[in-house]
Amino acid sequence: MTTATHDHDHDHEHHGPAKGLTRWLYTTNHKDIGTMYLWFSFAMFLLGGTFAMVIRAELFQPGLQLVQPEFFNQMTTMHGLIMVFGAVMPAFVGLANWMIPMMVGAPDMALPRMNNLSFWILPFAFAMLTSTLFMEGGGPNFGWTFYAPLSTTYAPPSVTFFIFAVHIMGASSIMGAINIVATILNMRAPGMTLMKMPLFVWTWLITAYLLIAVMPVLAGVVTMMLMDIHFGTAFFNAAGGGSPVLFQHIFWFFGHPEVYIMILPAFGIVSAIIPAFARKRLFGYSSMVYATASIAFLSFIVWAHHMFTVGIPFLGEAFFMWATMLIAVPTGVKVFNWVTTMFRGSMTFETPMLFAICFVVLFTIGGFSGLMLAVAPADFQYHDTYFVVAHFHYVLVPGAVFSIMAGVYYWLPKWSGKMYNETLGKVHFWLSFIGVNVLFFPQHFLGLAGMPRRIPDYALQFADFNMVSSIGGFLFGASQLLFLYIVVHTIVAGKPAPAKPWEGAEGLEWTVDSPAPYHTFSTPPKID
Amino acid sequence: MKLQRVFIALTALLISSVARADWTLNMPRGVTDISQEVYGLHMLTLWVCVVIGVLVFGVMFYSMFKHRKSKGAVSSNFHESTKVELAWTLIPAAVIFAIGVKATYTLADMYNFEDSEVTLEVVGYQWRWRYRYIDENAEQEVSFFSSMSTPRDEINNRLEKNENYLLEVDEPVVLPTGTKVRFLLSSADVIHSWWVPALAVKKDAIPGIVNEAWTIINEEGTYRGQCTELCGKDHGFMPVVVEAVSPEEFEQWLADKEQEAIALAELNDREWTFDELMERGEEVYSSACASCHQPNGAGVPGAFPALANSPIALGPAEGHLDVVVNGVRGTAMAAYGNQLSDADMAAVITYERNAWGNDVGDMVTPVDVYNFKAGE
Repeated sequence: MTTATHDHDHDHEHHGPAKGLTRWLYTTNHKDIGTMYLWFSFAMFLLGGTFAMVIRAELFQPGLQLVQPEFFNQMTTMHGLIMVFGAVMPAFVGLANWMIPMMVGAPDMALPRMNNLSFWILPFAFAMLTSTLFMEGGGPNFGWTFYAPLSTTYAPPSVTFFIFAVHIMGASSIMGAINIVATILNMRAPGMTLMKMPLFVWTWLITAYLLIAVMPVLAGVVTMMLMDIHFGTAFFNAAGGGSPVLFQHIFWFFGHPEVYIMILPAFGIVSAIIPAFARKRLFGYSSMVYATASIAFLSFIVWAHHMFTVGIPFLGEAFFMWATMLIAVPTGVKVFNWVTTMFRGSMTFETPMLFAICFVVLFTIGGFSGLMLAVAPADFQYHDTYFVVAHFHYVLVPGAVFSIMAGVYYWLPKWSGKMYNETLGKVHFWLSFIGVNVLFFPQHFLGLAGMPRRIPDYALQFADFNMVSSIGGFLFGASQLLFLYIVVHTIVAGKPAPAKPWEGAEGLEWTVDSPAPYHTFSTPPKID
Repeated sequence: MKLQRVFIALTALLISSVARADWTLNMPRGVTDISQEVYGLHMLTLWVCVVIGVLVFGVMFYSMFKHRKSKGAVSSNFHESTKVELAWTLIPAAVIFAIGVKATYTLADMYNFEDSEVTLEVVGYQWRWRYRYIDENAEQEVSFFSSMSTPRDEINNRLEKNENYLLEVDEPVVLPTGTKVRFLLSSADVIHSWWVPALAVKKDAIPGIVNEAWTIINEEGTYRGQCTELCGKDHGFMPVVVEAVSPEEFEQWLADKEQEAIALAELNDREWTFDELMERGEEVYSSACASCHQPNGAGVPGAFPALANSPIALGPAEGHLDVVVNGVRGTAMAAYGNQLSDADMAAVITYERNAWGNDVGDMVTPVDVYNFKAGE
């Protein structure tokens, strides 16, 4: 290390990135891998978005215009799978890769080679998954929740490739999660106690445990499907003594924690951005940590609220209703904390802040509809309608996705050493904000009026709101191309950014240069 | 120029849709006591959310306007308060508790299946419903399929769509008003879900499981709903139509249907000519088979095999009977042995062997079907 500090150029020559393609193939550098995760997830976001555009175009008017029901079902399924496993999850892993070592003052991730592997198996998984669309019988057409027996006995032959792809994604997530836990627990700089960690690190630590707990459950359920399809078992086949309901219990035991895997890191990002632009310390840091932990715990005991209509007994139904409603309490605490952080601050509204505030408002609206859905008797009316579609898109798009965008705008100067164009960033925000609301808000009304989800065509009374929703969808979709342009433009032609471009930002990541050197914190920083 | 024309067309489209607008915003109140209670719960939770939202976002927007740097706001440095934090944990918990208690009572009501007077079995099939009025004393139980009756030409935009587009069936299920009706729901293939919003009844129909639900309809009328669990290709095309009539009218209807059922059963015993079988076979084919194998027998490549020129339709009648009666394990081909009467089975098989250029020339009679089933 003494030589490195002694001769800066010399250090660069020996420890800088390799040249060419192999840099990316062989890299074990957390920043390189983080970058690849982020670009990969953005590519998947556009692919999944393209599928969504097909869906919204077909639903623009009643009647079948563009695609047939078989293909429509493949679109809804692939849209869900790609967005959940390809866009949102890898984007958060990318942010974790980039930021966690820098936030805790570590030189890299704890397991750098495994880090490389967990990224590089992903493109193969998604290439395989997407290729099923071109296979005989088409791709997966049973919804991203792939309920048996539609996904087993009645599935197209390509389901086997789907199962293999899910296994690979699961392996990638588990390795990524282990890596994050190992990094956070072992690689913190001296003095960085657990209760001093930035909330993004905390929320990711908890998320990583959720991943380690439930991804094997997903692997188990798809393996059982594989056995049913190819080896004559009957886990989910009623004719052989199995039960299709068993599938749903196992799937949602994975699936409910999974939805929190997609939102907890978002809480962390927003908890970094709001104090930075309010120039005021985050209100209730420790209650934020406890609230996150409570939400994570509750996520394991609420899975059957996705199954209120499958006919679970009264006591079960009541238990899952009560447990689910309880989640509103810690979630409320978080929202109150964010608002109180803003209260009597000194706010400015740069693009990351706009996305973060929008997150708080629209995620809360998604939370409200979540509370409504938790009320089991009312859920009999909402279940599997567009009300549910509106609910989870509100928490996932202006929730998870906007938090990722907020994070990208917030940390892009650190990653690239360049500032994005603030005007364009704001244009992107407002277009996305209007688009997302025009797209998803009318879907509440559609659901309440009785439109089921996952249908390629609908009765005439649903025509008007569907058209409005589609127009919002096209606007939102197009705005994301602007996002691509902004990011590329920043990297190519942005103005140089200072080490700490945000006046109120806190954290170790702002103590290093912009762009962050290839190796940071080779010597642990001092934490007071 | 072109852009302008597109814009005008879009505007015209918007205006025309606003003109015939149906901007239904809320859940229907429905026509049962339970559906009213559910509506009440829905509105209660909604208003609670609205009030919380106004308070929280009110404070937030207040600070966004007042506490901005451009207005010279200087940030305070308070960052915790046990009292405040305790308050906003406990107060929401209390509100939720209140909603939860009310909801639990309604839930308990919904789970009280006792003392029903009519029992209706509802079985989901890809992609239609079969209804059976369970009555041990009936000479012949009333049972029928209810399939969507919207013409394909309306779906494919070749015909103007009618008012009940996609929400109409060939034979609605008839129920008496003011009577507790118990539903027993199950499925013959994949999971379906039977939903009528006006009754606030939604229950999954799951193969191998019999689920329960119940309703007491307060008002006569026609109530429409749909399948709400993704069940494959035609999931969007399996509506539910309930006709609620007075108990007297219902008794009369049921008695008529029973006579019809007896007459239908007799069809199995009478002599059939080739032409009669072909004619009936075409009807049965279009309601039971055509959604997969297509009206022209060409199937869907990779998903559903063609019947025109297929080795099974052109092979020995026993093989053909075996496929249709018993289904094909591990595929979407269901066993129709219990779905079709012997006469309908005979008719549809005869039809498949002699339509779309298939010219086996033989005919399968109800007696053949009976013997085939008996010989198994």
